[in-house]
Amino acid sequence: MIELKNISIVSGSFALRDVSLSLQHGEYVALMGRTGQGKTTILEAIAGLRMVTSGDILMDGRNVTRLAPAERGVGYVPQDLALFPTMTVRENVGFALKVRGVAKAERDARVHDVAEWLGISRLLDRRVTMLSGGEAQRTALGRALSFKPKVLLLDEPFSALDDETRQEMHALMVSVRTHTGVTVLHVTHNRAEATALADRVIQLEAGAIQ
Amino acid sequence: MLPSSTSDKVFRSTLFVLGGSYVVLVVLLLAADLAYSSWGQLAELLGKPEIVHAIWLTLGTCTAAAVLSMLVAVPLGFVLARYRFRLKWLVDALVEIPVVLPPLVVGLSLLILFHLPVNGVKLEDWLRSNLGWSVTYAVPAVILAQFAVAGAFAVRTMRVTFDQIHPRAELVALTLGCSQAQAFWRVALPQAWRGMIAAFTIAWARSLGEFGPILVFAGATRMRTEVLSTTVFLELSVGNLESAVAVSLLMVAVALVVLLVLRGLGVERRA
Repeated sequence: MIELKNISIVSGSFALRDVSLSLQHGEYVALMGRTGQGKTTILEAIAGLRMVTSGDILMDGRNVTRLAPAERGVGYVPQDLALFPTMTVRENVGFALKVRGVAKAERDARVHDVAEWLGISRLLDRRVTMLSGGEAQRTALGRALSFKPKVLLLDEPFSALDDETRQEMHALMVSVRTHTGVTVLHVTHNRAEATALADRVIQLEAGAIQ
Repeated sequence: MLPSSTSDKVFRSTLFVLGGSYVVLVVLLLAADLAYSSWGQLAELLGKPEIVHAIWLTLGTCTAAAVLSMLVAVPLGFVLARYRFRLKWLVDALVEIPVVLPPLVVGLSLLILFHLPVNGVKLEDWLRSNLGWSVTYAVPAVILAQFAVAGAFAVRTMRVTFDQIHPRAELVALTLGCSQAQAFWRVALPQAWRGMIAAFTIAWARSLGEFGPILVFAGATRMRTEVLSTTVFLELSVGNLESAVAVSLLMVAVALVVLLVLRGLGVERRA
């Protein structure tokens, strides 16, 4: 499903060399490793937000290494969520559909569905600057999943949450998998989170997958 | 107010006294102008057709210069904040030049630019014969002179604005299907709204206060290129101090109204 073949990324003094990794369709993989090892860089490379120096990224056998992010169809939730602050929850969740020119009625229906199973229906008209941590996480997930991507990339999205909210988000992620069958690559520092959610835990050490 | 010790109170008082002294200076300047002038003089001034012409020309040229400034400041501010490219340091320095140059030199440089023969052709002559535009000593010269200086301030404001907006939201927009242009229009620009209001306001206010480049490049011809800042000069040059002060007060009033309206728009948008 996703295959990284001998990826190298060099940027200034940072270097990630010869990384290979593959995820099967529908698999949930947790990527762990110490800070500064390049976990976020790998996610950004898959999302198309970072140029790779050498190597190839394949999705469903298609080489996407040189494709623009928009052409990859990958859902991405960064650590700081990066919700669009000038928009409401509804506008955030419906953003990808609007960009794709989906008709308003169809868009509204999809936003309604996504909001329903993420538990944010009552927040749809609220500005995202007025959300709690857990609500913002759900909104960011909804935005990333709204256009039914085959791959979801999560960059430590739950690290800033309290224990109770994190447990809720874990339950939500299980439900997301059941609902969508999406392939997930989840960067986390939390071993318990990784083992609770993932089918497989991999470790990035000294610039290589262990 | 927080509970405070004596040293906190001393610190706070120092801030208020030092900062407040500047506010007092501005108030004294305005009060002196007001004391020197009278409503009668202001009313008389507003009855003169050349002054009314200067007011309308000032409003029009300042707005045109501010719009032009925004047309370059938004893209240039974004480029400087988001992209890395060769000679960026040079572009950075170049856009600051109109800020540090004496305004008179900006006017002189504009005059030379439009009248320097290149392969025997002057830009002024070329524009007149090909497009029918007269620039020097005409209204376009007023706008260009204002824009040359105001643009730099607008660029600086927009650059700081985009610097303060984290680019991550734009990157996420790309993964959601946006082209770079769509991410700019739909995500970056709406977040820059306050900065745009500020940049427009600064450009407008700079244009209102511009005098040196206008005098050199556009002249100060009554009913033609006279704007309020040059009116003050013209009145002073014929020894008419009362009128000069009255026009100055008029400029203060115009500036206050425009700045308050723009600020109101910004506040309304923010709410």
